[in-house]
Amino acid sequence: MKNNIIVALDGSDGGKRALAVAATYAKLTESKIYLCYIIDWSPYSFHTPQELEERQKRRDSEMQRANEQILQPEVPVLIDMGLSVETIVRHGKVANALSHLANEHHASQIYIGRLGESRVQSMIFGSVTAALIQSSEVPVTVVP
Amino acid sequence: MKNVLALLSFLLVSANSAQASIDETINNLTAPIATWLADIVFFKIPFFGTGLPVVVLWLVVGAVFFTFYTGFVNIRGFKHAIQLVRGDFSNPNDHGEVSHFQALATAVSGTVGIGNIGGVAVAVTVGGAGATFWLIVAGFLGMSTKFVECTLGVKYRSEFEDGHVSGGPMYYLKKGFAERGMPKFGKVMGTFYAIGIFLGALGIGNMFQSNQAYVQLNNVAGGRLDGLGWLIGLILAIVVFLVIMGGIKSIARVTEKIVPFMAIFYCLFAVIVILMNIDSIPQAVANIFTGAFTGEGVAGGALGAMIIGFQRAVFSNEAGIGSASIAHAAVKTNEPVTEGVVSLLEPFIDTIVICTITALVIGTAQVADPNFAGDATGVAMTSAAFERKISWFPIPLAFAGVLFAFSTMISWSYYGLKGWTYMFGEGDIGQTFYKFVYCIFVALGSMVQLGPILDISDALVFLICVPNIFGLYFLAPIVKAEMNSYFARVKSGEIKKYR
Repeated sequence: MKNNIIVALDGSDGGKRALAVAATYAKLTESKIYLCYIIDWSPYSFHTPQELEERQKRRDSEMQRANEQILQPEVPVLIDMGLSVETIVRHGKVANALSHLANEHHASQIYIGRLGESRVQSMIFGSVTAALIQSSEVPVTVVP
Repeated sequence: MKNVLALLSFLLVSANSAQASIDETINNLTAPIATWLADIVFFKIPFFGTGLPVVVLWLVVGAVFFTFYTGFVNIRGFKHAIQLVRGDFSNPNDHGEVSHFQALATAVSGTVGIGNIGGVAVAVTVGGAGATFWLIVAGFLGMSTKFVECTLGVKYRSEFEDGHVSGGPMYYLKKGFAERGMPKFGKVMGTFYAIGIFLGALGIGNMFQSNQAYVQLNNVAGGRLDGLGWLIGLILAIVVFLVIMGGIKSIARVTEKIVPFMAIFYCLFAVIVILMNIDSIPQAVANIFTGAFTGEGVAGGALGAMIIGFQRAVFSNEAGIGSASIAHAAVKTNEPVTEGVVSLLEPFIDTIVICTITALVIGTAQVADPNFAGDATGVAMTSAAFERKISWFPIPLAFAGVLFAFSTMISWSYYGLKGWTYMFGEGDIGQTFYKFVYCIFVALGSMVQLGPILDISDALVFLICVPNIFGLYFLAPIVKAEMNSYFARVKSGEIKKYR
């Protein structure tokens, strides 16, 4: 059975460190890497009708930009290592979307960088990493 | 500094005297048109000693027909509507697109307005407590009309190369009739609708709202803003300008967050006030039911109460006017029926929930003290009913009124824009010109006496429900086929549930 792992990137150094650890592991276990970027989005926000109309266009450009600027630059190195890679950009709540993706692609693990949220930030918004650990159905590796 | 003050006071004085003559000129110019148009649109047939406006009859008959024709979709689709809004059927791959909740919230913020606060008070004053009953009935039936028009709005919208979409009654009238071999007739109907929604947007969706916002603020300020309508109008116009020109999204974001909050805040306090009148609740509810069928003390009796209730419901939830159809058409979906089903909830929230609680606030106050509001009517009456129990409430209420008016202006600017682009094309220059004109009308709204202008726009908004409902009858079989196929696929599991 082929092994799949999810790696969450967010454009930060933490994400890159998580990817480095994941790549080593993937090489050893011959796993496929799903490079994921989650665009924070809520279905319960409010918009003017004009914004609703432009939403589709903006969604496409958001996804394209995330793929081009954050995910694609990491791909060549992984391919050189002989790994198989797929990139995914999705909208949603980060923790929730990642555990969904893990289910969808039958991943055995999720790799995520520690986000370096300050105490105040996580008190107000809740920590993404903590939320992921609580909601994930597969092991989560948090890379400092 | 002195000079500035002198200049300001000069401007104020001249603004005031100029204002009077501007008002007069506008009134003289528009009054005959208004009377003529209102006489036609609100033509009343004598009916058992009371006048029944044909246009109200037209809307109600339509709503009854669609309710039966769709097999009570307003009941059958209700649960599914809630599931859609909760996102039970949303594919995570499509996240980031407009959600059903967002489409609903945007459409609701266009309809929740002064009508929910003041319109109900007018209905109760003129039509007695019994009008509330008919208001609810009309809201219930209106759900079916909304379903039909919003489904069609999505089905027949136009998608342009750059990915933006335009839809609404003008499009389904044009394309729907063309499909049936009547392209010319469809074109005439579509253009007629587009003109109506454009002019209606400038009046009822714009000037009336800006005017009411000023009246609200002036009431709270105890009349200290007398003669300063131009200033309030100018400020409102600038804020609207910033939002609809698209430059400053943050204002839109802030207001669109505050508006639903205000609506919830309003309902919450309304319920609190009703509970504070707990002794009067049974009597108030009894009055609604007996009044509905006896029409005691109402001109035209039970029928009078019914007409008033129906009329106010239409004013409030806009079912049959087709405006919400324009908002829903902006949403990307492969299933037009989903937008129709979601839109069912709009008359429910707007009329059955919000209007009914307002009616109960007034009703319970009336039971406790028949003369609680003195001569006040409209918003002032609702405000007085709240004030009896919560003395500070008129201030947040006025604030809520201003925000409701503001969000209604934003929504209607879009409806009017779509009428405009339907007539004059999707060019950027034309759109900018329209938005500019729209903002000028916002400022004018709180500057001039509205009387006849409002009558004209009121009449036009009701006039466009004539081609709209006519089109709905004509295209109803298409909606029915889509609906049956959709519900069958939901049942068979072909349309997947994700949660």
